[in-house]
Amino acid sequence: MEKNIIDVRNLSKSFDITSKEPGLKGTIKHFFRRQTKSLKVIKNISFEIKEGEIVGFLGANGAGKTTILKILCGLIYPSEGSILVSGYLPFRRKENFLKKITLIMGQKQQLIWDLPPIESFYLNASIYDLDKFEAKKRIKKLSEMLEIDEELFIPVRKLSLGQRMKSELLAALIHEPNILFLDEPTLGLDINAQRNLRKFLQKYNKETNATICLTSHYMKDITSLCKRVICVHNGTISYDGELDLLLRKLSPVKEILIVCRSEEDVIKLENSGFSVKNKNKNEITIKIENNSITSSLKTILNNFDIEDLYINEPPVDEIIGKILIKKDYDL
Amino acid sequence: MISSFINHKIFTLLKVQYSNMLEYRVEIALWAISGIIPFFMLNIWTNNNLNESINISDVMLSRYFLCAFFVRQFSVVWVVFSFEEDSLMGKVSPYLIQPLNPFFRYFAQHLAEQITRFPFALIIAFFFFIFNPESIWIPNIGILFLSTISTFLSFLIQFLIQSIVACLCFWTEKASSIERLLFIPTLFLSGLLAPVVSFPSYVKSWIYLTPFPYLIDFPANLLSGNPINVSGGLFMQILWILLLFPIFKKIWFAGTKKYTAMGS
Repeated sequence: MEKNIIDVRNLSKSFDITSKEPGLKGTIKHFFRRQTKSLKVIKNISFEIKEGEIVGFLGANGAGKTTILKILCGLIYPSEGSILVSGYLPFRRKENFLKKITLIMGQKQQLIWDLPPIESFYLNASIYDLDKFEAKKRIKKLSEMLEIDEELFIPVRKLSLGQRMKSELLAALIHEPNILFLDEPTLGLDINAQRNLRKFLQKYNKETNATICLTSHYMKDITSLCKRVICVHNGTISYDGELDLLLRKLSPVKEILIVCRSEEDVIKLENSGFSVKNKNKNEITIKIENNSITSSLKTILNNFDIEDLYINEPPVDEIIGKILIKKDYDL
Repeated sequence: MISSFINHKIFTLLKVQYSNMLEYRVEIALWAISGIIPFFMLNIWTNNNLNESINISDVMLSRYFLCAFFVRQFSVVWVVFSFEEDSLMGKVSPYLIQPLNPFFRYFAQHLAEQITRFPFALIIAFFFFIFNPESIWIPNIGILFLSTISTFLSFLIQFLIQSIVACLCFWTEKASSIERLLFIPTLFLSGLLAPVVSFPSYVKSWIYLTPFPYLIDFPANLLSGNPINVSGGLFMQILWILLLFPIFKKIWFAGTKKYTAMGS
């Protein structure tokens, strides 16, 4: 059995925030007396992540996903609770812990803007105590995996967003971390660049058994990479489990579009007890529960003269969107 | 262990930052030129014969201000502004989760900039000697060595003071305003506008208790060959570094606990 690499118990995090009333009066009041209040952004959450798992953190903007990642990688201190990442307390930022992790933020960059990425790679290699030979070997391997070659020698400011993101990944992975925290890594990338990045992450996970914690607003990132998702709503975990199970729970029915050879069959189908969504001449759309889909289809194919049939999966974005906007969604 | 750290990490940082600084060579030339305040001050002093009141000859005074220019070139620090911008923009976050204190990056950046500045400072000194040929002198190797150390120590003091102020970014978003406040005593008490010897003696005794005269006045007097207590000055510089370093460490650890990673 795979061991837990991340163990979070009753974690909470509060931030002190100041508020200001609008207008000149509010500004003057704010100047002399700041109104500060404590805002609890993470509320008593617990979860574990096993070595090699890829876990997606889902939630609306401000739900607390990024704060969780920042606490896990040691960037910010927790207010309450206990966290162990690879056996370390992240907020102590011990050298051996930092050598095991990496954090990639889609909207932030660590590469030196005016120099080619290769300079930043060698700099990172020395920060992580890699010798030149080992650094060269890793740069070669990762640049092949990421399909960047000539870009290594072009100043960062001249690279496209996709090329920059690949270079960021290389810089963040040069020390071969076994835990990756990715905060919207595909933000702003075009469809091909997104796909390539996902392919790379899958390959990296397969080859190194690295654990990946990922947040993304692109559902394709989540569906193609993560078997498990943790849904965060208003600082609490509203769901922690398999993505497939979540989708089945949230969308228990499938829509079947049936094209019949005659209009009589459409009428017969309409009167045979199926839940009908709509019909049009010799086409009819019915809803069938996921657990009875095989038997229902068998019945339809055996009893009706069917010309064609389409099974429509409900769009994942739409389903996940339901959890993001509804506060008390029953999961 | 420490030597391998310096060899490997700091040397690579320095190399990379030097390459980066070379991208800005025109800006650096302009920055070097912008540091010519001591030459203006020299002009004011000599035109008004103010040096007579403190018994310093014209030649010694012009050497002092040239040395003040040199010391300033190699001890100027802007870490508070870089750190403030980086922390507001969220750029500090990736550095914080690397096994190297981010201030080493800024330290290497400053050293790299000083190396890039060096030829421009020499050119300015060359022109200074063309207009003031009587001021030409060659300091002996020992003095040159001691004043190089003293200039580096002055840089360390300023770097530590500004790093302490920079750490206040963890509490306030505009730590650079505090630095602007500190700039006033630095300007007047460091010896940039006037040698500290020109102050009334009761003021002088207080000034020497602060770190400011050890930033410009002491290394500039040392390099220009003015009579000065060398061991006492170096001792005070080291003492200030030893006092400031633990303060920096303490405020750094307290600050990172407060860090909210805003902007990222």
